[in-house]
Amino acid sequence: MKKERLSSWRCRSTLSLLLACAALIALPAKGAPPPQQTNAKEELLSLPGEIGRSGGRLVISLRAEPKTLNPLTAADAPSREVIGAMQADLVHINRATQLTEPALAKSWKISDDGLQYTLTLRQGLRFSDGHPLDADDVLFTFHVYLDESIRAPQRDLLIVGGKPITVRKVDAQTLVFQFAKPYGVEERLFDGLAILPRHLLEKPYQEGKLGQLWTTSTPPSEWAGLGPFRLKEYVAGQKLVLERNPYYWKTDAKGNRLPYLDELVFLFVPSADAQVLRFQSGETDIITRLGAENFSVLERQQRGHTMTDAGPGLEYNFLFFNLNDLGEKSSADLARKQKWFRDVRFRQAISAAIDRDAIVRLVYQGRGSALWGPVTPGNHRWLDASIPHPPRSVERARTLLEQAGFSWSATPNGESTLMDSDRKPVEFSVLTSSSNADRTKMATLIQDDLKQLGMHVQVVPLEFRSLIDRVTQTKEYDACILGLASFDADPNSDLNVWLSSGGTHLWNPSQLHPATAWEAEIDRLMEQQLATPGYEQRKKLYDRVQEILAENQPMIFLASPDILVGAKNSIANFHPSVLEPYALWNVEQLYFRNSAENASR
Amino acid sequence: MTQRRKFTRWLIVMVALHGIIAAAGFFAPYDPVEQDRERPYFPPVHIHMMDTQGHFHLRPVFYPLRLRAGSFDQHEEDTATTVPLKFFQRGAAYRLLGFVPSHLHLFGATGARVYLLGSDAYGRDQLSRILYGGQVSLLAGLLGATVTLFLGALIGMAAGYFGGWRDELLMRIAELFLALPWLYLLFALRAFLPLAVSPLEAFLLVVIVIGMVGWARPARLVRGVVLSVKERDFVRAARGFGASDVYLLRRHILPETASVLLTQAAILVPQFVLAEMTLSFLGLGVPEPMSSWGNLLAALQQYNVLVSYWWMYLPALAIVPFFLGYLSLASALQQRTRPYKIEEKSSWSPS
Repeated sequence: MKKERLSSWRCRSTLSLLLACAALIALPAKGAPPPQQTNAKEELLSLPGEIGRSGGRLVISLRAEPKTLNPLTAADAPSREVIGAMQADLVHINRATQLTEPALAKSWKISDDGLQYTLTLRQGLRFSDGHPLDADDVLFTFHVYLDESIRAPQRDLLIVGGKPITVRKVDAQTLVFQFAKPYGVEERLFDGLAILPRHLLEKPYQEGKLGQLWTTSTPPSEWAGLGPFRLKEYVAGQKLVLERNPYYWKTDAKGNRLPYLDELVFLFVPSADAQVLRFQSGETDIITRLGAENFSVLERQQRGHTMTDAGPGLEYNFLFFNLNDLGEKSSADLARKQKWFRDVRFRQAISAAIDRDAIVRLVYQGRGSALWGPVTPGNHRWLDASIPHPPRSVERARTLLEQAGFSWSATPNGESTLMDSDRKPVEFSVLTSSSNADRTKMATLIQDDLKQLGMHVQVVPLEFRSLIDRVTQTKEYDACILGLASFDADPNSDLNVWLSSGGTHLWNPSQLHPATAWEAEIDRLMEQQLATPGYEQRKKLYDRVQEILAENQPMIFLASPDILVGAKNSIANFHPSVLEPYALWNVEQLYFRNSAENASR
Repeated sequence: MTQRRKFTRWLIVMVALHGIIAAAGFFAPYDPVEQDRERPYFPPVHIHMMDTQGHFHLRPVFYPLRLRAGSFDQHEEDTATTVPLKFFQRGAAYRLLGFVPSHLHLFGATGARVYLLGSDAYGRDQLSRILYGGQVSLLAGLLGATVTLFLGALIGMAAGYFGGWRDELLMRIAELFLALPWLYLLFALRAFLPLAVSPLEAFLLVVIVIGMVGWARPARLVRGVVLSVKERDFVRAARGFGASDVYLLRRHILPETASVLLTQAAILVPQFVLAEMTLSFLGLGVPEPMSSWGNLLAALQQYNVLVSYWWMYLPALAIVPFFLGYLSLASALQQRTRPYKIEEKSSWSPS
């Protein structure tokens, strides 16, 4: 069925491609006067909120250079952030309310059996080069996402019940998406799936060059998107300059076409401290992903900027042990330690002994929250409120260790050392990323906490890449502290972490069969919630996952930092969210209150 | 005479400074790894003889600091409670010079923690950490210098005394070592070792690396001295009487190199202390929670610490008297012993 549809699409598409070329010749994109007033044929989206003034150039620093501008191959956070400002999706998750809203699709309908989604596109929309958008572009986009040879990271999300979803065009404005099984995520699926311009990409796709297309060296004329900004200039190693997309499909409440800003500039500033300095000197207008300490430095030196604590985000930091089954390859030393790590009472004891409040206070200066599960307080829709928050208790930890066969012996210098059942001292090392001062600090606090249990912990700061290599490839480590930040509040964004076959199932990644009964149960629950429509039902299943995790402690959850951002006082409509891209989610609505101040730069 | 006095004066100063570091347990009010999680980044307390009411106290007093309400890093003095500074106070257990168990501290306070030099990110006493950190840094410098001088003397004497192809070979190796990028060598060495090394292993590694790398310069100096000494009359005479090579080296040549070696030692120790600090600063020295001067300064790598907490710079000041002492000692030694008297005596020094 699917094949048939796609091939028929291809026939039709050749014809429409010819038509599109004709249209292009007749109406050169660059020369066409950009529509400033909304005309009757265009179905634009009107946003509520403060009415701004046009003009200005917003500068923001990016911690690394984006690797690509191609949504099909972008996997790194900087690329995703940049592409987010240049592309648009059919249905969008509002980063403030965390609910879906219409985007390129003005409406959608889900059939009663949950297998068929009918989306209606807005009329009269155009890409940033002036070329009109229609259902064929959407067909092309999903065809490319689903093409195995492209290896788009989004592909996994489009496989439901083992089968790829199929897309059918009803008319120029209407599309039908067919699922093999009901899909729990429902219309949230469409968020972040950028709709691609068929008129630019079809030829390279047929030549098999799509993966290499739209790199950072692409000239702006070969690039088009549906986002608020379009490519203007890329200076390698320095900056990416985006300009206002005159064809953008959103207006403010008064009908003025958005975005307000003329230019959006991303500067590549690799270190967090250097970003703070740039912001302090006024070179950048907005700063995101701030650490608590730098946040209070900036807060103290008020220089025409406002610092905002947007509240708890989705990042969760945790300690985990090496639970990999290494078999023959395992060293005797690690095998001995893994006997402790595999004992759930040992992990529970460590969790009980960790002073999470101290972590929040000393590492995040109080701008964060202690965690007992993977869902942070920032994600109130999915947080299982019934998970217990036991206060720190060294006594409980000692009882648990005693039950697990551990004992204490006094060393000559008066300290007591924890011994395992073979009378060997309990010693292990904890890896942290040397570039992340926060996690190294957590490790030092935990080291001191566990000393009170008689454990000798060594903190080993490692360069991030070699740390990831050790955890996921060579598996030569005892324990490690890491953090993960979900890009969406929905549990599916962490599917790769909780499924035992997932690559980010850090304590024992990419298993062929779940190693323990509780991992098997999590697998089952996660797959079940994926196929269950309706929030309440899914919430119940995900709550159970959180309970199993809290009980078995494969990850000992520590703390979650608040999302800390800052902006110049002259920037209006600034409402940072706790979801990525934090301060830029409503970039089309940001504007400078005083255009004179900005023009002086 | 004045030279001698200058030398003696510096020697006394240095012995006293090292004594304080060696007996860190007594002079430090707290255990250097003890955290006080309620008091991170507390600034140094002010010691008063006069309290806010204008009363004079024979015993120095201070007001404990507390966080200003609603802030994380603004502090104010709690003038309601006056805490006297007590001397010869019982406190945390330690071992004097590593052997004698004791509880006695030079000073302390009951009821509040006294941070003379402030506290770090974990509320650990900065003064105690500087004193204990000095033990690691100075010992690494001293041991490193010992290893270096031993190697340098051995190789320098062998090269100078035996001459010929052995001299050539050893001196080319020495040049190779002088040209070695030792920091990268250490990075490479560290990569070969197991992931987690105990503090003692890390310390020994640092000492060995410092010692192994530095021997070339003293070896060349010693060789120069040996080259001239071995041709002098008393050495020739001893050889004429049938003295063996080992006897000649030990009895007649080694004593002549003593002044060079001593001066080198006084120059090398501070240099190696600095080397240890560099390594610890880069995270290759002793691991947390142990302190060393380089470790303590590593906190300054963070911008917010750099601009917010001035007392975190203090470990850098601690090294100043030591460096001054060692270098003055070296110059006094040089003047007193006149290391180049050999050249004056032998009219025909070898080319």
